[in-house]
Amino acid sequence: MKTYITNIGSKLVTKIKGFRITRSVFAYPYVLFMSLFVVAPLVILLANAFISNGQFTFSNFSDLVRDGASLKTLSFSILVGIITTSLCLLIGYPVAFILSKWSSGRLIVLLFILPMWVNFLIRTLSTRYMFEALGIELGIGTLIFGLVYNYIPFMILPLHTTLSNIDKSYSEAASDLGAHSITTFLKITLPLSMPGILSGITMVFIPTISTFAITQFLGGTSAHLFGDSINTKFEHQLYGVGSVMSLIMLALVLVSNYFMRKTNRGEAARNLW
Amino acid sequence: MTTDKIIELKNVSKSYDEKPVVSSVSLTIKKGEFVTFLGPSGCGKTTTLRMIAGFEKPTSGTIYISGKDMTTSPPYDRNVNTVFQNYALFPHLNVYNNIAFGLKLKSIPDGTFFVDKNGNKFENLRKLTKDEIAAKVKTALKMVDLEEYEKRNVSSLSGGQKQRVAIARSLVNEPDVLLLDEPLGALDLKMRKDMQIELMNMHKKLGITFLYVTHDQEEALTMSDTIVVMKDGIIQQIGTPQKVYDEPANAFVADFIGESNIFSGIMVTDFNVKFCDHSFECVDKGFKYNEPIDVIVRPEDVSILSSDDARAALLATISSCVFKGDHFQITAIIAGGEDYEMLIHDNVNCRPGDKVGLYIKPSDLHIMHKARIINEIVTEMWDTNTVEICGGKFPCQCDLPSGTKVKVSVDFDDVIIYDDENDGIIGGEIVNTIYKGNYYQCVVRTDTYYDFFADTEDEWLKGDRVGISVAPDKILITKLEETI
Repeated sequence: MKTYITNIGSKLVTKIKGFRITRSVFAYPYVLFMSLFVVAPLVILLANAFISNGQFTFSNFSDLVRDGASLKTLSFSILVGIITTSLCLLIGYPVAFILSKWSSGRLIVLLFILPMWVNFLIRTLSTRYMFEALGIELGIGTLIFGLVYNYIPFMILPLHTTLSNIDKSYSEAASDLGAHSITTFLKITLPLSMPGILSGITMVFIPTISTFAITQFLGGTSAHLFGDSINTKFEHQLYGVGSVMSLIMLALVLVSNYFMRKTNRGEAARNLW
Repeated sequence: MTTDKIIELKNVSKSYDEKPVVSSVSLTIKKGEFVTFLGPSGCGKTTTLRMIAGFEKPTSGTIYISGKDMTTSPPYDRNVNTVFQNYALFPHLNVYNNIAFGLKLKSIPDGTFFVDKNGNKFENLRKLTKDEIAAKVKTALKMVDLEEYEKRNVSSLSGGQKQRVAIARSLVNEPDVLLLDEPLGALDLKMRKDMQIELMNMHKKLGITFLYVTHDQEEALTMSDTIVVMKDGIIQQIGTPQKVYDEPANAFVADFIGESNIFSGIMVTDFNVKFCDHSFECVDKGFKYNEPIDVIVRPEDVSILSSDDARAALLATISSCVFKGDHFQITAIIAGGEDYEMLIHDNVNCRPGDKVGLYIKPSDLHIMHKARIINEIVTEMWDTNTVEICGGKFPCQCDLPSGTKVKVSVDFDDVIIYDDENDGIIGGEIVNTIYKGNYYQCVVRTDTYYDFFADTEDEWLKGDRVGISVAPDKILITKLEETI
């Protein structure tokens, strides 16, 4: 026994003596941080989803299905997400398109990003006070306004990157072959900007569904999104159901990530981040 | 307007931000011709092509295509098609759809007629059917030897194949004129030679007018019916390859096309020219007596004789001899002068140090007016003993008061060029260097777009930034009379 311990001791000593600062050493704090604050919570979340009253169970899932309100919120959230994303796309695409044509486009894009540097709580609160001052009642309309206002840079940026990277000679060639400007746009520019559109959609849609601060400030009493429901469940200490809902969110993120990767090999997103 | 002319440019100019790129270009292109725009990069050849295609609008001037004024028409209204330098094949479409792109948009008369309220008769138009498009695409692919490639993704093609698809995509629309913007630039040498021959064959077979842009003089000489040599946005010469090569219009053309010896000389009398400190008989006349001129001698027009041959007009010492496959490239220093150098292509093998005689036929001496014999600038005095030239303050020996309008003259010899821009009074960019036997003549463009001609001992690289200065006593100043 004694020899065994000394054996371990000497092994440890050689290990410590053999310790050298290599490049991978610098990654340890990061790995530690990530496992503590990202991986561990995910594991807890996963465990929580299958535990109720200290026992392994699927009851959290059946609770969620039985509780119609949460599912209704989910479908409502998806609807709001679709509306917000479409509005962002409809406003953002022309903006990005015009900016990519202008030589001063980069500067104006910067102006679009600039508000992002202001804390979004302050921005959202200011929007709320603005509506109150104007006497507009808070509700679904104001909520969508706030969402579009907050997330439109995430639509414009990838679109602008993709659009300004499209070689000008493609549209020249189309025009040369007899295409008018609208035909050129529909047949050349739009299909070539698809990666930007997809990454813009992903970057607006998912955060919209899961947001809860914006709904609390701008949604009034009527509008609740899925993020709010999760928040409420955790506030009421319904960890199990809350975890299941979080897992649904996570699944949505993974699915959209998969599609984004498949269609554009992550190009536009990489440029943005 | 005869149908013979397919394209006509009249005084077409284009400038970007006040900087002229193409200046007053006029030319006519006949139907079925193979015309090449030849010139160094930045000479305005591509811009001219893009104005014909409709991608750029001229600042002034008129462009006629098939007799119609098309100066401001958009590209889709012009029956010309372009093959782009980078091919510009649509990456999201396969080979078939790339080629069919133009056909799907095309409307053709369907043979029926329609009469409107005012009695005007119109022919009804229809789109091409799927089968017609498929047949045309097949023919086009066959023409470029890519029959099996219809379904291929364009990104999976090699450079040469992309090039062929690009050509097929343009030709399938049966344009009046095919514009080619340095189409072979991205291909390797072997591929380029093959494509040159193929393009020439296509041109012969189809009878379509080809308008080709290149900076490769050999390509231009091989392929074209007519060469348009351009420099700084100005046409230097238009002619057949033979004519451009044998009778270059000026020193620039001679230097750019083929190799040549360029010497400064003096036209003593008609049929008598003096250069390299020797007098020669020539076939040119009509110059002013004792007018400074440039003499151009092609290396293959110089024959090497033994030094005691009676015909030898010049004695020289061989300084190098390199075997080049079908000839020797020989450099000889001309005796009795200021070490003028002559480049010779001949079949005689010599050794460095050999004394030889040189003979040039009178008809092979090409004599041309000098572009300029002195730098002249109209400007103002900055102050007494200081004159403003191209935005710089040059000290000079002149007591005219500030603001006097003057003409400044500086000899080519007296322009001093510095390697470091800051050593000169003003800065500029070398735009051209020509070797003249024993010195270099370079052209320095200042930031105010004045071209300084300078004779220097050293060769300066094109595109380099240099400093310019002139010794105060070498600046010749004459007062200009106020003209109202």
